[in-house]
Amino acid sequence: MKLKPIYILLFFLPVFSCKKDNYQSPSTSLKGRILYNNEEIGLEYDRVPLEFYQPGFGKNGAIKASFAQDGSYSALLFDGNYQLIIPDGQGPFKWHQNTAGVNDTLAVTVSGNQTLDLQAVPYYLIRNAVYKVSGTDLTATFRVDQIITGNTAKNIERVNLYVNKTQFVSGSDNIVSSVVSGGAITDPTALMLKVSVPAIVPVQNYVFARIGVKIEGVEDMIFSPLQKIQL
Amino acid sequence: MMKKIYTVLTFTALLLSGACKKDSAFLDVPPKQIIPEEIAFSDPALVLSVLGDLYNRQLDFSSLDGDGWRSFVDFSEAFPSENGSYNIVQRTGWGYGEWGNWDYGYIRDMNLFIKRATAATKLSDSDKARFIAEARFLRANFYFELAKRMGGVPLITEPMQYDYSGNVTNLQVPRSKESAVYDFVISEAEAIKNILPADVNQKSRASKGAALAMEARAALYAGSIAKYGFKTPQVTLPGAEIGIPSGMAGGYYQKALAAAEEIIKGQAGSYQLYKVLPDLSENFAAVFLDKSSVNQESIFIEDFKVNSAKVHGFTTSDQPFSISDEGLDAGRINPSLNLVQAFEKLDNTYAPIATKDGQGNPIYYTNQLDAFAGRDARLAGTILLPNGAFKGKNVDIWAGYQLADGSILTSDDASHLAKLPGTDVAVQVVGKDGPVNGQEFRSQTGFYIRKYLDPQVGSGRRGRQSDVAFIRYRYAEVLLNAAEAAFELGMGGVADGYINQVRVRAGLTKAIQGVTFDQIVHERRVELVFEGHTLYDMKRWRLAHVVWDGSKMSVNQLVSDIGLSTKKNTQPYGLWPYKYYNPGNPNHGKWLFKEVLPSVVTGANMFQMGNYYSNIGNDILSANPKIVKQPNQ
Repeated sequence: MKLKPIYILLFFLPVFSCKKDNYQSPSTSLKGRILYNNEEIGLEYDRVPLEFYQPGFGKNGAIKASFAQDGSYSALLFDGNYQLIIPDGQGPFKWHQNTAGVNDTLAVTVSGNQTLDLQAVPYYLIRNAVYKVSGTDLTATFRVDQIITGNTAKNIERVNLYVNKTQFVSGSDNIVSSVVSGGAITDPTALMLKVSVPAIVPVQNYVFARIGVKIEGVEDMIFSPLQKIQL
Repeated sequence: MMKKIYTVLTFTALLLSGACKKDSAFLDVPPKQIIPEEIAFSDPALVLSVLGDLYNRQLDFSSLDGDGWRSFVDFSEAFPSENGSYNIVQRTGWGYGEWGNWDYGYIRDMNLFIKRATAATKLSDSDKARFIAEARFLRANFYFELAKRMGGVPLITEPMQYDYSGNVTNLQVPRSKESAVYDFVISEAEAIKNILPADVNQKSRASKGAALAMEARAALYAGSIAKYGFKTPQVTLPGAEIGIPSGMAGGYYQKALAAAEEIIKGQAGSYQLYKVLPDLSENFAAVFLDKSSVNQESIFIEDFKVNSAKVHGFTTSDQPFSISDEGLDAGRINPSLNLVQAFEKLDNTYAPIATKDGQGNPIYYTNQLDAFAGRDARLAGTILLPNGAFKGKNVDIWAGYQLADGSILTSDDASHLAKLPGTDVAVQVVGKDGPVNGQEFRSQTGFYIRKYLDPQVGSGRRGRQSDVAFIRYRYAEVLLNAAEAAFELGMGGVADGYINQVRVRAGLTKAIQGVTFDQIVHERRVELVFEGHTLYDMKRWRLAHVVWDGSKMSVNQLVSDIGLSTKKNTQPYGLWPYKYYNPGNPNHGKWLFKEVLPSVVTGANMFQMGNYYSNIGNDILSANPKIVKQPNQ
């Protein structure tokens, strides 16, 4: 076999380009969850962003991350001083606001891997969710507790029960849902929603369910913890 | 020897003669490929070619050339039948950067043009005034485009110059108020309208009609942002870079009505609705095809010309597959059933396309087109329906045979034949134009687009392409703008008069008495669909987050509440025709229809609050700290 010189060159190419001209990638992990008194605040996957700013490096731009369904987040950063913010108008909760009612920054010093839980106050929380299966019917009983009261309290627009065949369960990811509008709720401490789970192709004998509350004038919904349900 | 000396002497002589000139005379050769400013602005033809470049760089939401077809298939009004573009119906929303623009290079070029044309000495006064007015029109129109996308932007009306001092703060301009950008557009239109020609045949250059149409639309947008901004209180900024105070709504609506009525009263030229062909659907399709002087409806267009460099491939991309001039290049835009059923019936009522009777049994139609009969003529003028005609042929759209036992006989391609029960000969069991799920370039919803589709011979060929114009402003929209402005001002009778003119042209002869907001929203949808209005209309009415709420649609939700402005529209549905096969049955050979969500559609449109105004990039924010960020991002 005759080896053309061009192929020999190609062989050397990756060896030389690997190390020298590349910067080190960020390797310090910062992770945590957003909690209310150690209770989970369930969110829709990748809808609520958080931003890290590291001033002092010329152009100013955010390192963006977003919360997972269970309110957890993680980011790979360089060691250093950061400012963390959840942008205004994001998230179904109040977070670290200054006196003017605007979301304020939180100074974070990153030095080695660490866990940082964020405290927030949600407008509502869904508690005591119990799911019962009978045939293809899935019934959820739960209570919705109002956490923020007073002047800044907001009403419930609707409450949904979402069911999906994968772990991603929300308004955009579901195979079936049912709804009760805010006006139709008489007793928020004893709510019930029911869906009929359709046939899943390919067949699977379990589904995932969550309950979500949509609050008037707030874009993101609050969800109950994810539950896997055997049919 | 003598010969050698002779040669040396000759060269020496040549050498000296060449070096006699001054250095400056030798080095300062005027470049042939660049026309200097003073020459460019000395001759009207040269100025026009500079201006032509500015015309060419206009920004539109939708365009017919290049990948422009993709802008037509969003918002669930249509489905993209191309393997590389399914993400449009599989995503669950839009990025915050979507639709954004920050092309201050273009604004600088327009400002430079205005400055240089103003300083020009060798142009006649009338030429000069018109060129400057045209550039001011383009600049105002571009600021309007920016305002629709970004809200209040820095208003730069002079070319900026860096003085190399190391200090750039004098070049950093903060964002203007959103209302200030609209005020600028309106005042510019007022300032130039009488300089521009009031000529109905002046369509691809700015005219008085174009300036007034822009003014009417801009004032209407500003008015509705002021009026409906209360629905989304979080979509505002404290400095009013986003959001217009509600008290200003009335003033804007009055300006919109006045500008529109100036056109309607003929003060900008004899514009009128296109009413030429007896068949109202053909007539509506011809509004977009007829570029002759008969068409007095189009006001300002992006023109194209076959056999020049300015042609577009819209027909190539979107022609019916079975009638394609180009083999496998066809059928990308498939209008949705959501849109098709929005065209109302001739008695002004809304109804879904009837597929089942009261008992839930399928309705059988002798001809496929019967299912769409008795509706707004614009339906067949905008959309190519199953068995509809294009270039003298009928499209072949059907999803298979519905057999007597309830099963369906179909295949994955029209060339893959199958045998009907009780027969021995394999026959075609699905239409050549689809629908088959996942089969690109053929309709997957059961419909093709007809608007802009060029019936000229060879229009679908990649070599020839098409020169159908893209209409930016037309008279029917002016009427609808006037109707909406009048409605918002409480002048119901005036509004009725204008909206009914547009409806009569579409065959809806039963006049509307007391037009409602929902009817205005609906009328704009069916009249102006695929013309780049959908997004901005929904944004200015603050309805975008309501109609694209991110939740999936069921068939029941699809067929109910038609005609409501708040009707959800998150997934493009299709309507698949089936041929009934049951020899001996009276319905044998007839057609039935089924509402189908194309299997490719897995996402649902979700319009977030942060989508109302497009993201301003971090590079811009870092370069100019006076720029404030958009809300909710």
